[in-house]
Amino acid sequence: MDKIPILRMGQFLLVTIQVDLYDRLALDLEADLVKMVSKTGARGILIDISAVSIVDSFMGRIIGNIGVMSKLLDAETVVVGMQPAVAITLVELGLPLKGVYTALNVEKGMDLLKNKIQLDEEEEIGPDDDNSNDLTE
Amino acid sequence: MAIEITKLFKKKQAVILERWMTNQLADERLREDLMSNEDLRAESEELITALVASLNESNIENPESGDFDHVIEILAGISISRARQGYSPRETGVFILSLKEALIEIAQEEVKDPKELNIANRKLNRLLDSFSIITFETFIKGREEVILRQTDEIAEISTPVIRVWDGILALPIIGTLDSARTQVVMESLLTEIVESGSSVAILDISGVPTVDSLVAQHLLKTVSATRLMGAECIISGIRPEIAQTIVHLGIDLSDIVTKASLASALQYAFRTLKIEVRKSAVKSAV
Amino acid sequence: MITATISLNKDTLNVLREQDVVVFRNRVKEYAVKIKMGLVNQTKLITAASELVRNMLRYANGGQIIIEVVSRGRDNGIRLTFKDEGPGIPDIKLALTDGYSTGKSLGLGLPGTKRLVNEFDIKSEVGKGTRITIIKWANG
Repeated sequence: MDKIPILRMGQFLLVTIQVDLYDRLALDLEADLVKMVSKTGARGILIDISAVSIVDSFMGRIIGNIGVMSKLLDAETVVVGMQPAVAITLVELGLPLKGVYTALNVEKGMDLLKNKIQLDEEEEIGPDDDNSNDLTE
Repeated sequence: MAIEITKLFKKKQAVILERWMTNQLADERLREDLMSNEDLRAESEELITALVASLNESNIENPESGDFDHVIEILAGISISRARQGYSPRETGVFILSLKEALIEIAQEEVKDPKELNIANRKLNRLLDSFSIITFETFIKGREEVILRQTDEIAEISTPVIRVWDGILALPIIGTLDSARTQVVMESLLTEIVESGSSVAILDISGVPTVDSLVAQHLLKTVSATRLMGAECIISGIRPEIAQTIVHLGIDLSDIVTKASLASALQYAFRTLKIEVRKSAVKSAV
Repeated sequence: MITATISLNKDTLNVLREQDVVVFRNRVKEYAVKIKMGLVNQTKLITAASELVRNMLRYANGGQIIIEVVSRGRDNGIRLTFKDEGPGIPDIKLALTDGYSTGKSLGLGLPGTKRLVNEFDIKSEVGKGTRITIIKWANG
């Protein structure tokens, strides 16, 4: 049985989708990821879809679900590496991909996640942190 | 049994070619500037040889017959190459119509019985008319291909994506933005975003004459697609009258960052990327 | 709406299980590549096909799909026909409205799909089945 591997790296979970997802595989990934977030207390999920050539409304919904579900568990989701043709198709299809952040590549996605989490922590600690000027709008 | 006109043509092939050449050369609009007489002769000979070889008493009445595939292929090739070389439709038409004339002349000279001649003429007319139609169809197709290629070229050169800074792209749009153009714009912008790893793209619409709701929709789509890729898209070059139309039409662009000029869009991009641009200290330069 | 077209090449597939979807998508892709369809249009076509085949599996437990290369003048395209013997769609106009869905999907199946292709034709009879035909032109 196929399975999409989830890698743990510090407070983050990394997923690279290398195959064309059929429905069961996508649903399994959704379930596995949410379980993993809850088990590891991860603060961020990075999903690399640079090898995915087709995202239809079902796939879009799964990605959105992952975002919303992990948000409930206090983790942010960022989707990276979307192909231009996929982005154009999603816009035409009318699929906004809500609930997740997007970034160009893995590196930028990691930066984004770190930023988001740091922001959260600062809010908890208070704004008198030294690094706060990096994070102003 | 009546005279078999096709056998007659086989026998008279050389005569037909001479007659046809005479007919063609007699035309005062002959384009000697585009093709030499030798080339024309070679072309004509190729066609007549193929035609005579494939023609027989049964298929002469059936222009659709597969026997003529080779003839049609040659004809289409000639027609397309003429379209590209800039021949007029009339000049191309004369080529095939003068062949018809030559064939009918031969028939007239050889077939004595008026009734048979009449039948032969009708068959020839129908066959050659069908060939003429094919000639025109392929001629127009050849022209269309030229137009299509030019359209593609225009579309390509009219959407240059410029790397203005490390991580910042600009795309000035000049002219009307229809859905075909939007697709080209989106595609080249997004591809360049991936290639350059840029996180900010500026879409400058100073050169877009009007923004109606359709154009606005296309702009919104481009912005959404850019965001899906994980980059920010700024729209700049909004002239006052365009701002007025946008509001009067009730178009909501509030989700998008818009700037009046490319310069202020660039400044915004610098701030997003935390880039500082300063004048260098003047003192050191003497 | 579907203009005069000539069918050049044809293939019929039965889609009954979820796993058939990947096979079907790949077949559509092969056809699209063969007629030199650009990457964006390919992606749009395959995504549209994916939406429709998913509907077919969900509502009608599968059906038959015909893939054809068609031509209109100088332009080539792919025509896909989805035939099922499912429950049918009672109100096609409503089904083509953005935001409407009977299933659990996002409700942008049919209208979204329509936007992705050049021609979209739907015929449905309640209790008998549905037949959807789409065309995407290589340069469309």
